[in-house]
Amino acid sequence: MIKLDSKIPAGHISEKWTNHKFNMKLVNPANKRKFDIIVVGTGLAGASAAASLGELGYKVKAFTFHDSARRAHSISAQGGINAAKNYQNDGDSVYRLFYDTVKGGDFRAREANVHRLAEVSGNIIDQCVAQGVPFAREYGGLLDNRSFGGAQVSRTFYARGQTGQQLLLGAVSALNRQIDLGNVKLYTRREMLDVVIVDGFAKGIVCRNLLTGEFETYSAHAVVLATGGYSNVFFLSTNAMNCNVTAIWRAHKRGALFANPCFTQIHPTCLPLHGESQSKLTLMSESLRNDGRVWVSKKKGDIRNPNDIPEEERDYYLERKYPSFGNLAPRDISSRAAKEACDEGRGVKGGDAVYLDFSDAIKRLGQKVIEERYGNLFEMYENITGENPYKVPMMIYPAPHYTMGGLWVDYNLMSTIPGLFVLGEANFSDHGANRLGASALMQGLADGYFVIPYTMGDYLASYKPTAVKTDHPEFAKVTNEVKDLTNKLLSIKGKRTVDDIHKQLGRIMWNKVGMGRNEKGLKEAINEIRELKSEFWKHVTIPGSGNDVNQTLERAGRLVDYFELGELMALDALNRNESCGGHFREEYQYEDGEAKRNDEEYSYVAAWEFAGESKWNLHKEPLVFEYVKPAIRSYK
Amino acid sequence: METKKLNLKLNIWRQKNTNSVGSFVEYSVQVSPDASFLEMLDELNNSLELKNEEAVHFESDCREGICGTCGLVINGRPHGPLAKIATCQLHMRNFKDGETIWVEPFRAKAFPVIKDLMVDRSGFDKILQAGGYVSFNTGGAPDGNAIPISKEISSLAMDAAACIGCGACVAACKNASAMLFVSAKVSQYALLPQGQPERYRRVERMVTVMDELGFGSCTNTYACEAECPKGISVTNIARMNRDFVMAKVMSKEIEV
Repeated sequence: MIKLDSKIPAGHISEKWTNHKFNMKLVNPANKRKFDIIVVGTGLAGASAAASLGELGYKVKAFTFHDSARRAHSISAQGGINAAKNYQNDGDSVYRLFYDTVKGGDFRAREANVHRLAEVSGNIIDQCVAQGVPFAREYGGLLDNRSFGGAQVSRTFYARGQTGQQLLLGAVSALNRQIDLGNVKLYTRREMLDVVIVDGFAKGIVCRNLLTGEFETYSAHAVVLATGGYSNVFFLSTNAMNCNVTAIWRAHKRGALFANPCFTQIHPTCLPLHGESQSKLTLMSESLRNDGRVWVSKKKGDIRNPNDIPEEERDYYLERKYPSFGNLAPRDISSRAAKEACDEGRGVKGGDAVYLDFSDAIKRLGQKVIEERYGNLFEMYENITGENPYKVPMMIYPAPHYTMGGLWVDYNLMSTIPGLFVLGEANFSDHGANRLGASALMQGLADGYFVIPYTMGDYLASYKPTAVKTDHPEFAKVTNEVKDLTNKLLSIKGKRTVDDIHKQLGRIMWNKVGMGRNEKGLKEAINEIRELKSEFWKHVTIPGSGNDVNQTLERAGRLVDYFELGELMALDALNRNESCGGHFREEYQYEDGEAKRNDEEYSYVAAWEFAGESKWNLHKEPLVFEYVKPAIRSYK
Repeated sequence: METKKLNLKLNIWRQKNTNSVGSFVEYSVQVSPDASFLEMLDELNNSLELKNEEAVHFESDCREGICGTCGLVINGRPHGPLAKIATCQLHMRNFKDGETIWVEPFRAKAFPVIKDLMVDRSGFDKILQAGGYVSFNTGGAPDGNAIPISKEISSLAMDAAACIGCGACVAACKNASAMLFVSAKVSQYALLPQGQPERYRRVERMVTVMDELGFGSCTNTYACEAECPKGISVTNIARMNRDFVMAKVMSKEIEV
């Protein structure tokens, strides 16, 4: 029987982490090298964790399915990273960042975790600067800041429109140093396909070597998963092509609870869909909303060109509805407002897009300043759409971007499987039902640089896990199961391609488990996903063999897990009879269309235990708000 | 908006594995001008898979030009005909109806072909793992504003740090030199105060490993700069050469 224990330390919110750091057990320096730790994933969370654990003296094995650690999807983050430095003297503080994040998450995150995140946010900036991350600076030589959604202070640090790239290259450089020193061994082009549990403790992983097709086993005293989010369940999302849920999903099936799977973030500023062959959706950084104004026509089905629509016939709906935050309203709210306008038929030429207009900012600041701030984003836009955004307003539409849900972890970032830790987007912990812009980079690096180095030591010192070698029968058993799955996939030889079926799954998810959800649609979705899954197992075709590089096989294996995840997302959304953050149940809204939370019944983390095919047991972790009292989340 | 589709002939390099001999295979495709080059290959692969033929293997991930995973030689040019973009950012509207397009992997001795259009660029990481970092353990960093860095210097460092590690510079160079890639990382740290303590040791180690891995030498043709999707400047190479000479001089002095 699983009993959820969040292990939140006692004491005042501002002292919990400090006290906990003192109370945790330590591993003495000479003993650290006796412990092996596996880290899967080399994005911000994984690379920073592997590097920091290596620095402490643990023997780390790091894994990525990419050809290089630097390719992890954190590299694509554009806008910035939040930190409560208050360099701008504009009223920021650790407490305000904590407050903004809890409120931004629509009161569905754990207060203690969020406060810790805010506490270490400043250290992250210092750490990155010390590594040689070239953050944007002012003429005086000090670090520059910009504003992001859901905040009224400027606390976002950035490196042009490539902040994720620079932070990841910083973390990877720290990782490279540990590889150079021999503390970390990096295994590239390995896809983790299962976790191995011996006597209830996570002891290793099974990977497929993507070059040779061989199944390889690795053992350790503890396993860390930092494998990112699952937005690609929608097929079309802003995620990179190879992002997938497999690592955390297979761990889920081995006993790790999956928390709040329906909390997905639909990002308001992405490029609209252009056609059937589209492989992904492109994000335009939220930072654009610092200077861009979002609008649609006041008329339905207005087919005029944007520059021909006069000022008085435009509806700057974010400024109208949310005057105090304006175009910087949080992501969930901005996305929903765009959908509403388009559903009313007031989108661009009656379609699914709204304008993001820079003409006022260009008039006010000059084109040069805008170029300096967003040049690369404007180029990217023009290159994709063939239109010049300095002259014609950009067209944008919301798209799946980030998943707040993930494996359930306690305050120490350990899952319900002892010895299995989960960091970054792969866990559920800090963003509640909606993540604020520039907070993903903060969380990934907080987990990797400043949380896991402490909590890992505590685990090793208190549980004293024994060493297990890969010749333990459990490794062979799990490997055989993974092999069987692969062989089964290759043997179907049907008539439908993996992408074709994945696109169909994506449409079900977007239409029924996307921005607007209702009971009827969710029930339909569950049935449709099950039917599609059985269609897949009968009719998919995967050419080639399992004995060398086979990208079709890789994609098929990931899709297998998306069916099950998709079903759980719908089930979770169906269970949550309220609207909160990115989860909008059409039945639960105020008259003005705002999300209607139900704190009496749903102020909990929904943690799902896998109980066989299409079966899950729900466990609830109650959320207690001692400091930020839940209120209607107003940005008006 | 329905736009007319383009009819194209593709000659794509197919090679089973590193040790086998490859050759061009011709395919005919119809594609929307709004599709990207890689989306065209996705569609081609979909049609091949339907015939139970193996997909054309190529690598890509972010499809936004930042991860550096993709890289094809299109009509003889790394990342195709346009300047300052990665392959994934190339759209079919840049091609004409009826055109024949040649698609090859990045070719260099240090980048062996893995399969079809996939190559092994792990040499780049080996170079970075030989000192391409600032030695600084987590924790204990001074305040981020403790050392002011002028906007000009930090901006120059950022220009260099923008490298995506795709390898187009190597593929573009007749000597398959990795100097642009290596000098970009060397320069980023050489420009910033944080990189100073290890400045000369770093350049010396990185250049040594680069040479060991079989990358060629630089003969100043600037082909690398011309094909770099991020516009990394060859002035970085000059900076690296200066530092490398200094490193040699200094190591002599220390020996004495």
